[in-house]
Amino acid sequence: MKGAGPAQLEVRGVTKAFPGCLANDDISFRIEPGEIHALLGENGAGKSTLVKIIYGVLQADEGELIWEGKPVTIHSPHDAREMGIGLVFQHFSLFETMTVLENIALAMNDVRDMDALRKQVLEVEKTYGLPLDPDRHVYTLSVGERQRIEIVRCLLQNPKLLILDEPTSVLTPQEVEKLFETLRRLADEGCAILYISHKLHEVKALCQKATVLRGGKVVAGCDPREETAKSMAEMMIGQKLTAPDRGEARTFGDVRLAVADLSLASDEQFGTDLKGINLEVRGGEIMGVAGVAGNGQNELFRALAGETEQEAAPDSIKIDGTSVAHFGPRRRRRLGATFVPEERNGHGAVPDMSLSENGFLTAFRRMALAAKGLIREVPTKSFADNIIKTFDVRTTGSGAEAGSLSGGNLQKFIVGREILQDPGVLVISQPTWGVDAGAASAIHQALLDLAAKGTAVLVISQDLDEIFAICDSVVVMAEGKMSKPRPMADVSIEEIGLLMGGLHDLEGNATPANDTQVEGGRVGQA
Amino acid sequence: MVRLEPRRQHSQAMVYLSPVLAILMTLVVGGIIFAFMGKNPFDALYTFFILPINNSYGISELFVKATPLVIIGVGLAMGFRANVWNIGAEGQLTMGAIFGGGLALYFHDSESILLMPAMFVLGALGGAFWGAIPALLRTRFNANEILTSLMLTYVATLFLSFLVHGPWRNPEGFNFPESRPFPDAGLLPIIFEGSRVHLGTAVAVLVVIAGWLLLSKSVIGFQLRVVGKAPQAARHVGFRQKRMVWFTLLLGGALAGLAGLFEVAGPIGQLQPSISPGYGFTAIIVAFLGRLHPVGILFGGLIMALTYLGGELAQITLGLPNAVTGLFQGILLFFLLACDVLTKYRIRFGSIAAKGRTA
Repeated sequence: MKGAGPAQLEVRGVTKAFPGCLANDDISFRIEPGEIHALLGENGAGKSTLVKIIYGVLQADEGELIWEGKPVTIHSPHDAREMGIGLVFQHFSLFETMTVLENIALAMNDVRDMDALRKQVLEVEKTYGLPLDPDRHVYTLSVGERQRIEIVRCLLQNPKLLILDEPTSVLTPQEVEKLFETLRRLADEGCAILYISHKLHEVKALCQKATVLRGGKVVAGCDPREETAKSMAEMMIGQKLTAPDRGEARTFGDVRLAVADLSLASDEQFGTDLKGINLEVRGGEIMGVAGVAGNGQNELFRALAGETEQEAAPDSIKIDGTSVAHFGPRRRRRLGATFVPEERNGHGAVPDMSLSENGFLTAFRRMALAAKGLIREVPTKSFADNIIKTFDVRTTGSGAEAGSLSGGNLQKFIVGREILQDPGVLVISQPTWGVDAGAASAIHQALLDLAAKGTAVLVISQDLDEIFAICDSVVVMAEGKMSKPRPMADVSIEEIGLLMGGLHDLEGNATPANDTQVEGGRVGQA
Repeated sequence: MVRLEPRRQHSQAMVYLSPVLAILMTLVVGGIIFAFMGKNPFDALYTFFILPINNSYGISELFVKATPLVIIGVGLAMGFRANVWNIGAEGQLTMGAIFGGGLALYFHDSESILLMPAMFVLGALGGAFWGAIPALLRTRFNANEILTSLMLTYVATLFLSFLVHGPWRNPEGFNFPESRPFPDAGLLPIIFEGSRVHLGTAVAVLVVIAGWLLLSKSVIGFQLRVVGKAPQAARHVGFRQKRMVWFTLLLGGALAGLAGLFEVAGPIGQLQPSISPGYGFTAIIVAFLGRLHPVGILFGGLIMALTYLGGELAQITLGLPNAVTGLFQGILLFFLLACDVLTKYRIRFGSIAAKGRTA
């Protein structure tokens, strides 16, 4: 099939500029029918822009798209769907209170007969192994099931090219393997697949070809099966990769952060209630909280940071032995706890305030940046300068607005701000979410160094690689419950995957290998 | 299709230029309106904007009118910065006048030098009290302060009307609906001989300085900026939004109350059914014209004061209705908001036709 006939899609010299940035610079590559093609690149490399051009959301400034041998202009997503291009978004656009079938009907261009649609849906589900009850309401579904709706939506239109944008960031390893089976079956039928990801072992397991983007340009093309994850990562970032230095075998001190039987109703409509959370983090220990997004991690973070309106039960949260359940964020920080939320802009930092002011934001008490109700300008500025210098934040200076920094630099600033306060406890959510590899490794190293000085660090992350790279122990959240902590050394990625799926009854039973779901589960062997 | 597209970087210079641009466009449109009314636009604009201040008395009157606008504007800006939309400054002004003025009426034969400071305190308390009601309704019952503060304005003005028609009517006043004149000890000292510029004008300058210090140098000012710009970040670090609602409504109310007291204890000298030509509402425009910055508000207050003076003169010499003042204020606000929108967004015609090649 390959090399013969015309490519399913050929991208020729596509260039797209935004004010102040060349997002795509003369990009060319081709996807054959039945090929699973990876598009690799860090955040900001231009992957999303390219996808939007292919899907008709944006128009290229220069260059052309060749579809089945003919040059085409794709004016809109509607055009793209007509031609047979399907796109599964990273973030789903589903109506929570409607059923699966209703959501699918909404996305179709023209639905007259709901019964016929139901039949079609069930048939697609059967053919591709995507079990899903059309009459269930979306809010009752797991994230993996929600993604299935999006995929079914696309498949109903018989696509010739299916684009998936970071599809596995919300899936358990087992769900990932199921998704891959579906994709392989589709490819066997001749559908081309453009798979966008920065998870390299997945690309290696799934794809036959890869195009690597960096700074808007194609910097390499390769066969992922012949590369290692490390070699592809180095193509992506354009420099040698160094593994974080974990230092000597660490010894742990006393328990600094203790959560005992914490139950809290979520303050969001479709949030996840916390149910009987227990964990203890000792000084010097980095504990990871794994789990599929939306299983109570945000609620846990807010409960620990003291952001929730409703109070947890007395003594359910202790920092260095002091019960803080009824404390607000400021009193918790005064006890030596610091926090880094997942969202940088608007949560961890105020985008249109300067870095100086953003340093002041969380540090003014511990770093004594205010006196008599007034801001002390000089120490405030030098604190920000210190963060910028120590954590190599690329910026024009402490007067720059936080919003003007790239994601990675702002994250380094925020992490640095909390670390330089010399915390006893650090709770950090998605420390390297959307951060380039260079910044990510700097942040990982900073967390390891902090723990080495005796701080208890709790890392909430959806990225299992990250947890395996820096954590000493791991707990898994599923449906608001938490598994027992396990030392990183004697837990496998399959076990974590099962726990992420909510199989708490397997806890303590370290031999889940006879479970059929695990057969193909060696996805993420980092 | 026409749509607004956020600008990636908005020019800092335009943020400050947009009031200037808005004023210029107001002049152009104002001139056109005058022309339609059969007046020579240049003469009319001259009468409206230059004539009022081409002599020292005119300039002193400008200060008199700007005083309440600036004091109220600074208070409102604090709230607007924290996304607390106090629209009821007019009512808070009225309550300040009633509380402070009531004290002067009670001690109408007093000569004590303590009367004036006490009136200051009561005036501020009266305004703060009227601001406390929307604050309570917002924080306890989540009632929108825009509606509650606005509605309370009418309660306050009707209450004043009731007082001067009834219990507080001057017994020697030939049944006119107005109170006794305040005693001399209850009148603000004039700071420029031969004009009506009173102590309140000096207070207004102090309010500007204090407001600037509070907003840019103090921790509480920092808190209200964070609450306004990023509520989630404020929650993350424990800046309580409810406290900011209370703080800004009490502060805004107190300043409006003080401004109200200055009106009745200054230029007016007694309580009347109407004590303000809408200063409390105009101050909203002043606050935005001044970019919610106390120093900017000082200039904004002077410009809006000019529209009052110009409107009066236009009535007298051109025979135009008093509504011209409100018209000019409205046009100015319209252009200001339009300029602000275009500073933050650009207009795009067509859905995808326009390309962003140029940086």
